[in-house]
Amino acid sequence: MGLRKLKEILGINLLRLTIFISILFLFLFIILIFAKGAKMLSFSFLTQPPKSGMTKGGIFPAIIGTLYLTIFSVLFAFPIGVLSSIYLVEYAKKNFLVTIIRTAIGTLAGVPSIIFGLFGLAIFVITFGFGVSILSGSLTLGIMILPVIIKASEEAIKAVPDSFREASYALGATKRQTIIKVVIPTAIPSILTGAIMSIGRAAGETAPILFTAATFYTRKLPTSIFDEVMALPYHIYALMTEGTAPEYQVPIAYGTSVVLLGLVLVISSVSIIIRFRMRRKKKW
Amino acid sequence: MVKNELKVEKLNLWFGEKQILKDVTFSIPDKKITAIIGPSGCGKTTLLRCFNRMNDMTDNVKIKGKIILDGCNIYEEKTNLSSLRMKVGMVFQRPNPFPKSIFENVAFGLRVKGFKDKTRLTEIVEKSLKDAWLWNEVKDRLNSSAMELSGGQQQRLCIARALATNPEVILFDEPTSALDPQATAKIEELSVELKNSVTVVQVTHNIGQAARISDYTAFLYLGELVEFGISEKLFTVPQDKRTEEYLGGKFG
Ligand SMILES: Nc1ncnc2c1ncn2[C@@H]1O[C@H](COP(=O)(O)OP(=O)(O)OP(=O)(O)O)[C@@H](O)[C@H]1O
Ligand SMILES: [Mg+2]
Repeated sequence: MGLRKLKEILGINLLRLTIFISILFLFLFIILIFAKGAKMLSFSFLTQPPKSGMTKGGIFPAIIGTLYLTIFSVLFAFPIGVLSSIYLVEYAKKNFLVTIIRTAIGTLAGVPSIIFGLFGLAIFVITFGFGVSILSGSLTLGIMILPVIIKASEEAIKAVPDSFREASYALGATKRQTIIKVVIPTAIPSILTGAIMSIGRAAGETAPILFTAATFYTRKLPTSIFDEVMALPYHIYALMTEGTAPEYQVPIAYGTSVVLLGLVLVISSVSIIIRFRMRRKKKW
Repeated sequence: MVKNELKVEKLNLWFGEKQILKDVTFSIPDKKITAIIGPSGCGKTTLLRCFNRMNDMTDNVKIKGKIILDGCNIYEEKTNLSSLRMKVGMVFQRPNPFPKSIFENVAFGLRVKGFKDKTRLTEIVEKSLKDAWLWNEVKDRLNSSAMELSGGQQQRLCIARALATNPEVILFDEPTSALDPQATAKIEELSVELKNSVTVVQVTHNIGQAARISDYTAFLYLGELVEFGISEKLFTVPQDKRTEEYLGGKFG
């Protein structure tokens, strides 16, 4: 056996080892969270508010809060993000300003989420006077996921072959009609995939809602977008840092983690299914 | 005396600084097949795209000269591009159906025109598919995706799509270059059939194809129209030395 062969075998096994390590941690992670949290799951855990100083009861208000925050942030960010990306791809000339805008969007995608939290506090909570509320939190989350949605839609729109646009123009369609009837319908599966991924992000982040929307404890469900809410990620954070009875509260935190993880997993599998079904259909 | 459908007068075109078409002047006869031949890069596609003003969308393009259709210069400012492109249909080199149903592909041109009458729409789609010789193959699956068709079927679908707006002229840019010989033969026969109702202008690389199907041929070389005339004559007794060399396989 030559030295080269030996090196090759070593190399391949090194790669295998790295894969093994990543998978090992993934498994450990899932097993740990589920082992500690799954036993908390029950119908009442999902449908009851917390009780007895957060040592008993369920997490219903936090589930509802997270749903509201996520839905509103996507309702805000999705149309703006998609329209911006249409502008960037289809209308913007390749000039200096547009390059700056692109770079800015790219940079924004990498900004730590706590900074978005501070921004939201300054702008929405204080300057606009929305207070700590669903509205402030959704807008903050929306701004955080906006660059992700723009990037994903931009890629999706760029991936629409020019031959489709040409065919549409050649049939007498205007630019607007071409975008509405050809470009968007062709790109929509990938646009949606990007959007759904960002839903997962919006649902899971703690930092952006820390100062803008989340509250440690409320029994009542929100009645307007100006109410503050409980939220799953913040609930975990609060139980682990501010709890007074850890022997009861730590298991609740793990149970909440399982719910949050499940929510995000469901969302990403939906996006995988959409992508898979659409990919089967398109063959250009 | 042949009636002319399209008259090209002193057409010049530049992409940036580079002149692509030089003083091209000729007339395309009504309800005939006119082939445009020439070596790669000589400007065939560019010339074809002048007839429905598709070059307008390219950056840095400059066009001078006239193309007369129905007595009007299509390069006049008042020209409505949408109606021009419905009158002058186009079929591309590679089949490019939309990722929509077969029906919606054919209906597209009418839909963008705001055509609402559902029954009439269905009739036109059927007629167009029949005229493009595709009806029998797709009549049971009008709602399935056009992407499921074979290459040759897709190209005939693109022809049907172009026919649906009832054009006077149909432009083909090497419509068979991506197809196998059988599908090619079918499209060639179809072109011949189409000239009963529309004027066909067909760019082709394939001299044999031009000789087989066209009534008139234009030979383009380095952006100049070297020779234009009845195909039989042009292919048997070319007037210009360059045409003769090209047909003899000297270049291109
Ligand atoms: N959008 C464009 N911008 C700049 N130059 C272009 C553009 N499109 C075409 N050209 C140039 O114009 C010339 C003619 O191109 P055209 O596509 O019309 O040739 P063609 O005769 O159709 O060639 P082929 O047989 O290879 O299709 C070529 O030199 C090409 O590089
Ligand atoms: Mg060409």
